[in-house]
Amino acid sequence: MKRIYMDHAATTSTDVEVVEAMKPYFTQKYGNPNSIHSFGQEAREAVEEAREKIARLIGANPSEIVFTAGGTEADNYAIKGIAWANQKKGNHIITSQIEHHAVLHSCQFLEKHGFKVTYLKVDKYGLIDPEDVKKAITGQTILVTIMHANNEIGTIEPIKEIGKIVKEAGIYFHTDSVQTTGHIPIEVNDLGVDMLSISGHKLYGPKGVGALYLRKGTKIVNLIDGGAQEKNRRAGTENVTGMVGLGKAVELAEKRLAGGEVDKVVKLRDKLITGIMDQIENVRLNGHSTRRLPGNANICFEFIEGESMLLNLDMKGVAASSGSACTSGSLEPSHVLLAIGLPPEIAHGSLRLTLGKDNTEEDIDYVLDILPKIIEKLRALSPFTGSWDGLKKNSVEEK
Amino acid sequence: MSIYSEKVMEHFQNPRNVGEIKDADGIGEVGNPICGDIMKIYIKVKDDKIVDCKFKTFGCGAAIATSSMVTEMVKGKNIDEALKISNKAVAEALGGLPAIKMHCSNLAADGLSKAIEDYKQKIKIKK
Ligand code: FES
Repeated sequence: MKRIYMDHAATTSTDVEVVEAMKPYFTQKYGNPNSIHSFGQEAREAVEEAREKIARLIGANPSEIVFTAGGTEADNYAIKGIAWANQKKGNHIITSQIEHHAVLHSCQFLEKHGFKVTYLKVDKYGLIDPEDVKKAITGQTILVTIMHANNEIGTIEPIKEIGKIVKEAGIYFHTDSVQTTGHIPIEVNDLGVDMLSISGHKLYGPKGVGALYLRKGTKIVNLIDGGAQEKNRRAGTENVTGMVGLGKAVELAEKRLAGGEVDKVVKLRDKLITGIMDQIENVRLNGHSTRRLPGNANICFEFIEGESMLLNLDMKGVAASSGSACTSGSLEPSHVLLAIGLPPEIAHGSLRLTLGKDNTEEDIDYVLDILPKIIEKLRALSPFTGSWDGLKKNSVEEK
Repeated sequence: MSIYSEKVMEHFQNPRNVGEIKDADGIGEVGNPICGDIMKIYIKVKDDKIVDCKFKTFGCGAAIATSSMVTEMVKGKNIDEALKISNKAVAEALGGLPAIKMHCSNLAADGLSKAIEDYKQKIKIKK
């Protein structure tokens, strides 16, 4: 059976060219970049070249790029690092309710250590109102951290507008750009951010590597202490292969962006969304119709549950994901879907299909062919048919 | 590869006894307080024996498979035997469930005992 991957927001394949670029650094050029011999120096060169590529993609200076072990570490570093370094100035952080757990849980950690955090609400599309950011700023605010685009519903936040407000207030501004770097054009000065998190494996690079853009002059403390690597900002022998891979992935992403790849993905995405909405009843699109990640389709199918959809799709070779409680591991529906105002029973029926550069029109046609049958099959099993009548009574009784 | 056993997947793909019984003698409806799933189970009783059983479930793969399994297990049993079917027994009959999914089997056995309670209530009223 042909397998179709539509879970690119979870991870992507590592591009063959990326793997090729990494290879020599395992077995031939395996030196430690901190060694002065030629083995070390060829590794050093490769690391700095990768750093330059990342800097170029986002309009930064290479010295402003710090490699990390991924997007999660970049988020932790930015948030905790700013908090600890600036606690004399204040103890207040502003974020949103729909951030990735790497951000939310970092903030919650800081709350346990005396920091105050404001979790901004979003509207039904998942958008943050820049005015709300303005209103939330106090004399104690030291950091605003808002994601560039949401990983579940794909909504792209008004980072530039927020950036202006935050800058005026003289506060640090961080954005989690894990879903956007390499997928839409990014320029740190245009966005007005001081820190920006990047992850390798979301843009056809390897897992276990990422980076934090750190604007020159930003007052931050380290997360990882040890040797003097990364200009004393992130200790530990460099993950040379990973960094080389990330550099190559970014280089390829830059080419794709210049080559109009975004439009191609957007077209496929819109075909998928309209195809589903036209064919199936009692569905709703989550997120915004246009302010949306190129590859993201997130749709709720009423009266059925997400995991059973995923299993059925998987049996037909299609890989997707869901914000259903049953798939979350914590048995709570996605915090993002609840934040945009969905009742839990509807959040339960969410399906996220995230497209990537290798998806084709045929893939979309295939999904549009099998999905209605799957939905029909599952709805035939559901005690709710065409309405949620009877739900209230039940849930009150049981809780 | 699947997170579930073959038996679970088999029941999930071909659930037995799906539907409603129009003139059911007992109906049980339970919601899963843990993840918010819902099951409705219908029984038909003749001479103290469960002669038919059907279900409808809004839930995950494990919830659907355990619903299907319980309807199979209960058919032909008398009321007392049926009441003894435990969540554990249903899970075991399915070749086990992943730890995080054990609570899903509650839906099935709890739904069944509710349906039987409902049946008992109904005969009391008749008498
Ligand atoms: S019923 Fe929700 S996890 Fe199984």
